[in-house]
Amino acid sequence: MEKAHFYHALKVVEEVCIGCTHCMNVCPTSAIRVKNGIADINKNACVDCGECLKSCPVNAIIVEQDDFTQIFNFKQRVALLPTVLLGQFPDDISEKKIYSVIHDLGFTHVYEVDETVDVLKEATKSYMAKHHQERPFISSFCPAIVRLIQVKFPAFVEHIIHLKPVIDISALFYRKKLKEEGFSDDEIGIFYVTPCAAKIAAVKSPVGEEKSFIDGVINMDFIYNKVLLSIKQNKSEEIKYEQNKHMSRRSIGWTLTNGEASQYSGRCLAIDEIHNVIEVLEKLENEEIADVDFLELRACDHSCAGGVLTTENRFLAIERLRKRGDWYHRNKPIILEEKEIEEYRPYLLENISIKSIEPRSILSLDSDMMEAMKKMQKINRILKVLPGIDCGACGAPRCQALAEDVVQGKAKMTQCVFLQKMLTKEGLITPQESFDISENTWGVKRFEKKKLNDH
Amino acid sequence: MEFTFFIEGGNFSKAGTASSEVKKILKQLNVDSKIIKRTVVSLYEAEVNVVAHAFEGNMNVEIFPDKIIVRIEDKGPGIPDIDKAMEKGFSTATSKVREMGFGAGMGLPNIKKNSDQMNISSKVNVGTILEIVNYLK
Repeated sequence: MEKAHFYHALKVVEEVCIGCTHCMNVCPTSAIRVKNGIADINKNACVDCGECLKSCPVNAIIVEQDDFTQIFNFKQRVALLPTVLLGQFPDDISEKKIYSVIHDLGFTHVYEVDETVDVLKEATKSYMAKHHQERPFISSFCPAIVRLIQVKFPAFVEHIIHLKPVIDISALFYRKKLKEEGFSDDEIGIFYVTPCAAKIAAVKSPVGEEKSFIDGVINMDFIYNKVLLSIKQNKSEEIKYEQNKHMSRRSIGWTLTNGEASQYSGRCLAIDEIHNVIEVLEKLENEEIADVDFLELRACDHSCAGGVLTTENRFLAIERLRKRGDWYHRNKPIILEEKEIEEYRPYLLENISIKSIEPRSILSLDSDMMEAMKKMQKINRILKVLPGIDCGACGAPRCQALAEDVVQGKAKMTQCVFLQKMLTKEGLITPQESFDISENTWGVKRFEKKKLNDH
Repeated sequence: MEFTFFIEGGNFSKAGTASSEVKKILKQLNVDSKIIKRTVVSLYEAEVNVVAHAFEGNMNVEIFPDKIIVRIEDKGPGIPDIDKAMEKGFSTATSKVREMGFGAGMGLPNIKKNSDQMNISSKVNVGTILEIVNYLK
């Protein structure tokens, strides 16, 4: 019934997870349950926002990344850097130096993703003029938001602008450029340095595209560590890498909040942080907010500067990026080969569309409405006996979630610790049975006696 | 299946709660998203009307396999001239209410536009009963 599984970069390291419910309680799509003392992520509901990772007290949730040495499978190795990467380093480390170190890691080309921002801006403007009946337009920028809309707000799927995000446009650009320089498709490897988990999921299981234009993903914190290490150990002393880029204040600000919304006319809203986004989408659904033309929605607080793989404090990173943008704005002449991208503009515009984005609601209780109604009635009956305090001790984030799980055959009512006590008191289950149920939820280890001098 | 939600008059900060609850239920029942949207827009409009004009009200929702019937009943001033209230742009809202972004008229016509059937009856100084029927298939 379900389509093929969705790739998620967020992984629970079972050996480290202590099954503490922090992640379960913050997940905006209620995708997490604790089973056997370990957090379990429902692949159909997860949107890769990374809230679980941010909340984990023991770092048991990680962002899985490709093996770095895979870059050497390609003759031409392109590193695509997100602009926020440049905001991670202290002021005394120059851009040129950062580029050089990344080059030295083994890349043949180092580019910034947001160099092609203007192409997308142009395409978006004409898209909005052409499809005006699909107002409000929602940017396709943040993959976590695209997924959130698919699973929770399916009615808005067609409002998502069906254009490639900048990352794919840039990948297309550099691939084409290298092909024209005489390299074959399989000699070219394009690697994206990602500030978040959602971008990895977007590369591994793209929405609206048959395959991604990116060959691999490298976590930003990995690159950050490599650069700092190399600088501290003075490894790449001479700066040999020549920058060749087309950055502008606009492209540097693109991934920051209001980077897109400030570029279009009409009523444009910029909303960051996934719970804020959910609130706005709810209002939009009720038409409590009307007359909006464009919505820039991003899952992370302060957009990409707040990505889960960033290392620097997001306010400081933003300050640096703003300064950098101003510098580029003042020193326009240093921008080299400004016309290069212009040659490719027609090609990029021609290939900028994406196919349909499918809704895949996680909310419906059953595809058959009659069945769904029966299930809802059962849920409401179950809720009457649950305590309603959302303690999470059953391994589900709320009583409502447990009731739904029970009706869907994914959980038992006796997982509720309150019910267990009542049933034990009335002699309907033995204390041992009650204990066994709790062990199933929380794992055997949780109930082992701790010695007093254990920490 | 039947649900009832209480609507508090004058409390604009809570306006929309009942319609959002209905929206959640319809999503769980796998109702077509376009039908959900129409229904919720009309319910929200009706809910705000109760908040803006009445002392209190109830939203009673009955869901059948083929349709949803919502009855919004309020205790309030009632509507003296329903035909006039149905005209686009007609509004009796005070300037204070308008400043909050509500009461631009359009209420009833917008409800009618977003529902398959709409019946309204009202008694001055008693209250208004609005019934909205939307087919789910």
